[in-house]
Amino acid sequence: MTVTRAEYCVIACAEAWRGDGEVLASPMGLIPAVGARLARRTFSPDLLMTDGEALLVGVDGTVEGWLPYRRHLALVTGGRRHVMMGASQIDRYGNQNISCIGDWARPKRQLLGVRGAPVNTLNNPTSYWVPRHSRRVFVEKVDMVCGVGYDHADGAPYHRIPRVVSDLGVFDFATPDHSMRLASVHPGVTVAQVREATGFDLVVPDEVPCTRQPTDRELRLIREVIDPQNARSREVGD
Amino acid sequence: MSDKTMTADEVVSRLRSGMTLGIGGWGSRRKPMALVRALLRSEVTDLTIVAYGGPDVGMLAAAGRIRKLVAAFVTLDSIPLEPHYRAAREAGAFELMEIDEAMFMWGLHAAANRLPFLPVRAGLGSDVMRVNPGLRTVTSPYDDGETFVAVPALRLDAALVHVNRADRQGNGQYLGPDPYFDDLFCEAADTAYLSCERVVDTAELTKEAAPQSLLIGRHTVTGVVEAPNGAHFTSCAPDYARDEAAQREYATTPWPEFAERYLAPSEGAGS
Repeated sequence: MTVTRAEYCVIACAEAWRGDGEVLASPMGLIPAVGARLARRTFSPDLLMTDGEALLVGVDGTVEGWLPYRRHLALVTGGRRHVMMGASQIDRYGNQNISCIGDWARPKRQLLGVRGAPVNTLNNPTSYWVPRHSRRVFVEKVDMVCGVGYDHADGAPYHRIPRVVSDLGVFDFATPDHSMRLASVHPGVTVAQVREATGFDLVVPDEVPCTRQPTDRELRLIREVIDPQNARSREVGD
Repeated sequence: MSDKTMTADEVVSRLRSGMTLGIGGWGSRRKPMALVRALLRSEVTDLTIVAYGGPDVGMLAAAGRIRKLVAAFVTLDSIPLEPHYRAAREAGAFELMEIDEAMFMWGLHAAANRLPFLPVRAGLGSDVMRVNPGLRTVTSPYDDGETFVAVPALRLDAALVHVNRADRQGNGQYLGPDPYFDDLFCEAADTAYLSCERVVDTAELTKEAAPQSLLIGRHTVTGVVEAPNGAHFTSCAPDYARDEAAQREYATTPWPEFAERYLAPSEGAGS
């Protein structure tokens, strides 16, 4: 069976948590959640995860800890967490917006609000997931900085944005001025397509690799164990 | 010991227009909806609302009762964007102090501890600083010299919270997995009103539940309201889950039409 785009996205999200050790994986969004669970079942077995509410649960759902919001917020500032948040807008330095579109004083579209993005980005690694890569999301300048980007993080001791994953590829900030770089394209996507869907000048290396293939075991876990209902295909189609 | 039980309407009779009200719960979880409903039936308005926002904020916004909101978000959880809050914001209906979830928590802690502020590593570099020009920073007096946001105390005139059980003196117990910040809301407030699913004898509280479930101390509580189903349609684990159908109806019905049904004295419990 061929690997779907959604499955490449799962792999790209899972890779965000590789090597993280014994920290809380906080995926927001369905494909990041499948990715985090895949990472924990394979190459990052020490990750902690919640049941979506206040309990820490093992791979089989066994309760192993208690993490109500107040302890969750304390865990954030202790740094032992890697969150993957959504982004209604994100810019070249990784500033993220989930608050509102347009002028904050009287927004054109009110969204969620800043939520925990300001505290997340100054305290624990924060990655992002964008299920539909477009110029409306990848913008020159975000309307409201919620998650702090590299150009606003001077002197912030724990600021780090490991990666951004979209339905088209994987992006990082491994450039001299920390502007966003295309790290890999998902198989079937061209560099030109990514450029076309991005509202700022992306750093593109001479050779852009493809997002890696899932192993047979990973595919089996995704399809049969973690997401047998194939909910992932509703978040990212083919 | 004083019996603090009263009705939801008696609670509201103690509230005044222009007050700063903290509302417990989180999003569409364990919100004191019976108290909010009584508030909506009253004439009390011009409020500053401090909340991890859910339908409480949406309803008060739709009814035009909010002068200023202090929040990090407003959501219905299963419906991510709160439609009435959204409409009010897009109409520029009230002032907003938009701060981060952690800043909010430390603001409550500061108020509960009678401190003017607490330093927080959050907000700097974000537009929270731009949209709240009144926020100040503080620099560590120690060798590290790091600069933090000095989150001001979120002191409240009154707090409204809902828990699973309480005794008549105001000891409140939560039986679900998350206390949210309801104890902090009560400690940060000059007066606090606690509604609960069931009022029980004090001895009953720890008969089957661990003492750690005694979240709210009577020394922080002014009034106790027995309000079965008093968080409906938000969740109140383990007594009941969110009523998704009722929430959908709220989210898709024009407010005046919904309010007519929802605020009728016979509708729902605990009122």
